[in-house]
Amino acid sequence: MKPAAFEHHAAGSVEEAVSLLAELADEDVKVLAGGQSLVPLLALRLASVGHLVDVNGVPELTTISNGDGLRFGAVVRHRQVERSPEVAAANPLLAAATRRIGHTAIRNRGTIGGTVAHADPAAEVPAVLALLDGSVEVRGEGGTRSIAAADLFDGYFTTTLEPEELLTSVHVPALPEGTGWSVQQFSRRSGDYGIVTVLATLALDGDGRISAARVAYAGVDAVPLRSSVAESALVGQTASAELWTAVGHDAAAVLEPGSDLNGSAEYRRHLAATLTARALQQASERAGGRA
Amino acid sequence: MSERTVQVTVNGVPHAAAVEARRTLTDFLRDDLRLTGTHVGCEHGVCGACTVLLDGEAVRACLLLAVQVDGREIRTIEGLATGEQLHPLQEALRDCHSFQCGFCTPGFVMTAVALLEEGATPTEEELREELSGNLCRCTGYQSIVAGVAEAVQRVNGGTAR
Repeated sequence: MKPAAFEHHAAGSVEEAVSLLAELADEDVKVLAGGQSLVPLLALRLASVGHLVDVNGVPELTTISNGDGLRFGAVVRHRQVERSPEVAAANPLLAAATRRIGHTAIRNRGTIGGTVAHADPAAEVPAVLALLDGSVEVRGEGGTRSIAAADLFDGYFTTTLEPEELLTSVHVPALPEGTGWSVQQFSRRSGDYGIVTVLATLALDGDGRISAARVAYAGVDAVPLRSSVAESALVGQTASAELWTAVGHDAAAVLEPGSDLNGSAEYRRHLAATLTARALQQASERAGGRA
Repeated sequence: MSERTVQVTVNGVPHAAAVEARRTLTDFLRDDLRLTGTHVGCEHGVCGACTVLLDGEAVRACLLLAVQVDGREIRTIEGLATGEQLHPLQEALRDCHSFQCGFCTPGFVMTAVALLEEGATPTEEELREELSGNLCRCTGYQSIVAGVAEAVQRVNGGTAR
């Protein structure tokens, strides 16, 4: 339960972190953000590193800005996200999803950039990015580039970042005015990773018909998934409990989740169907400014 | 591997020690500073026994490296009582018979201190949620929830019932 030896480098700026990543590229270098996933992996010796580049002390990575959507520096803590009035106003779904991460002590350290770069298939924030077509900005020695959520998650715990690139910011679009939303998750204990997590947004027109819908899942595949089955089945329909149940059933039927000690594939599909119906119900109740 | 000198203030007292980069804050507190009130349980962030306050916020000491807290302020269970005078939280926990073997105690107490110092007045459901990151294998949790709820009432005037 003790990490194997490594060297620790406290970066003071993005430039310094990026040049350290390049310089140490051949010596098993990893970025240390909040450390709430990486340090356990090191302690359990499921991972080992030669060098850690610690970006917790980089001031430019610690801020939240709100303009064209919300932009989070990579080491903004989950606790900052869940308590930010700007986040609550622009994207309450993100605040609610963030509150489902671990426990207070974990969220006091864990970071938005860290959870996205770690790309745990059960994690909440990657699914929010998939749901809302968010993106990340990454910096390497060659410059800066933006990666859309759809191009970012590449498999279990794997992203399309190059080893020498640093994830510097996370962009989450604001929810359009009047959009209803829901975060539904089932886990064995409070604070555990969800076995299945469902995120949904809905917008209704004046006649109670669904004008826009988004549905995303975590925990049912190697990467967070959007449900085109659910989304296309919802748009143009009239909100009803029967519709939510039918869409949940159809969307879950095409999922191909794995089986593990937390649940079989069949059980995960069952959860996905049930939680989808609940998410759509709650999102429809919240749509159009109604609480 | 090279060592680095870490300077921290723990419970108001400045300390310095040279450590390897891989030294966790838990081991730093216990083995280098000989502050063994902070307990070490799972060592991978699950049990909450090593919870301490970093600049006033509850954190898992086993998930922090000692080199990361250079220049920062740590509070541990040893810093709560003033001489023979227990912290109001400790008194409430004693009055409610909140603990049995005591292994999880420092982690629960530091988690609850952070909650109290924020001025929180949680409902019982919220309180259970806040304490759910700490594991206890003896009590079944009822007495711990009751003790922290009592402290919330005494200190913050909340209901937590």
